[in-house]
Amino acid sequence: MKDYLVLRVITKLLVPFILLFGLYVQFHGDFGPGGGFQAGVIFAAGFVLYAMVFGVASAQRILPEGILRAGIAGGVLIYASVGLLGLILGENYLNYSPLSHVSKEGQHLGIFLIELGVGTTVASVMMTVFFTFATWREE
Amino acid sequence: MADFEGLYNYWIVIVLAMAGLYIVIARGNLIKKLVGLNIFQASVFVLYISFSKVSGGTAPILEKGIDVYSNPLPHVLILTAIVVGVATTALGLALVVRIRKEYGTIEEDDIHSQDESM
Amino acid sequence: MEEAVNIVILALMAVTVIGIVFIRNLMAVVMLSGIYSLLAASVFVVLDAVDVAFTEAAVGAGISTVLFIGTLALTTRIEKKPAHKPYLPFIVVAITGAALIYGSFDMARFGDAEAVTNKHVAPYYLENTKKHTGIPNVVTAVLASYRGYDTLGEVVVIFTAGIGVILLLGSWRRGLTPPAPHKRDEA
Repeated sequence: MKDYLVLRVITKLLVPFILLFGLYVQFHGDFGPGGGFQAGVIFAAGFVLYAMVFGVASAQRILPEGILRAGIAGGVLIYASVGLLGLILGENYLNYSPLSHVSKEGQHLGIFLIELGVGTTVASVMMTVFFTFATWREE
Repeated sequence: MADFEGLYNYWIVIVLAMAGLYIVIARGNLIKKLVGLNIFQASVFVLYISFSKVSGGTAPILEKGIDVYSNPLPHVLILTAIVVGVATTALGLALVVRIRKEYGTIEEDDIHSQDESM
Repeated sequence: MEEAVNIVILALMAVTVIGIVFIRNLMAVVMLSGIYSLLAASVFVVLDAVDVAFTEAAVGAGISTVLFIGTLALTTRIEKKPAHKPYLPFIVVAITGAALIYGSFDMARFGDAEAVTNKHVAPYYLENTKKHTGIPNVVTAVLASYRGYDTLGEVVVIFTAGIGVILLLGSWRRGLTPPAPHKRDEA
């Protein structure tokens, strides 16, 4: 893709902002529109754009397969273990109130962690799927 | 017959869903079938979001001085359904790629005739 | 004004879908389905579902289109002419559609605040979200807290789909061994 100068320059300019926007959507999701699902997809879209213009190999140098696979499982694990934490602290599964001494703050913290888990899994799955499609070759 | 006003959204949704269904059952190309499934799926999303709209309401993000909000529950259901939808679409596309590798075609008729002749 | 925008965008969606039905160039079909998703996202904004619109725009018009194009690159771009005359599917679809339109007469009118769907649990969420969780976005609160089980299930579905794609196409036998060294791309 070395001939498409405009594409490469614009992509380099855009990718940091897409990733930043993804993080904003992730961590501002409690107050405005947004949350883990959207943030995960936007974050993945940034890397997909980069991989389409500069090649999957250079994108995978930043995010190797192993990290993405850890992310796929890790997000679900974060989610499930936050639920378990509530259970251990004497409440129902996925009740976040006991995470802090004030019930409201516990809920807020729980929602934050859950969204983090959702975002991790969604972003990792989307990137893995794209990389898998892009690198698959008929033997 | 009751008044037709306020049913426009549902009728468009029905048209979209039926077009998606038609593509799925009438076309033999597997990628086109998946596009048809996506169309059907998105039409269901529009149906749910149409349910949740309240006249004069606003987006369900609490703000002082606003009393009327649209129903947040369908939003939650559809939000997750969209992401699950793309994940399952990806799985379907992966299957299409594998079918193409095994059969050399993604047309349903050709796949069927190859299976028959075996 | 809102209603007018709603009507126009939904009509555009219908036109797009008619295009998708008749076009046989799969690349054009995929691009049209991306446009269709973007139009759906615009409808969601008009109908106050900003979170959903966000997701649909990023997923439907973005990732999903890219995945379809990736598949086209691995398979084929032109759909074969259908071998059969599509009379039977058309009859099935027409009957189903007629039944659904008949059913739509009993539905709550668009925007009705007194509809059953808007009177059941939704007021509870709207009233108590601030008190219970202290966050203003009700959609996030319902998603993560009130209906946390649902969302956990959805995340597991996404997880499973990801694993499925890796198993079908991925290099899972290669495991976690580092990828072969490569020379730097022309970046």
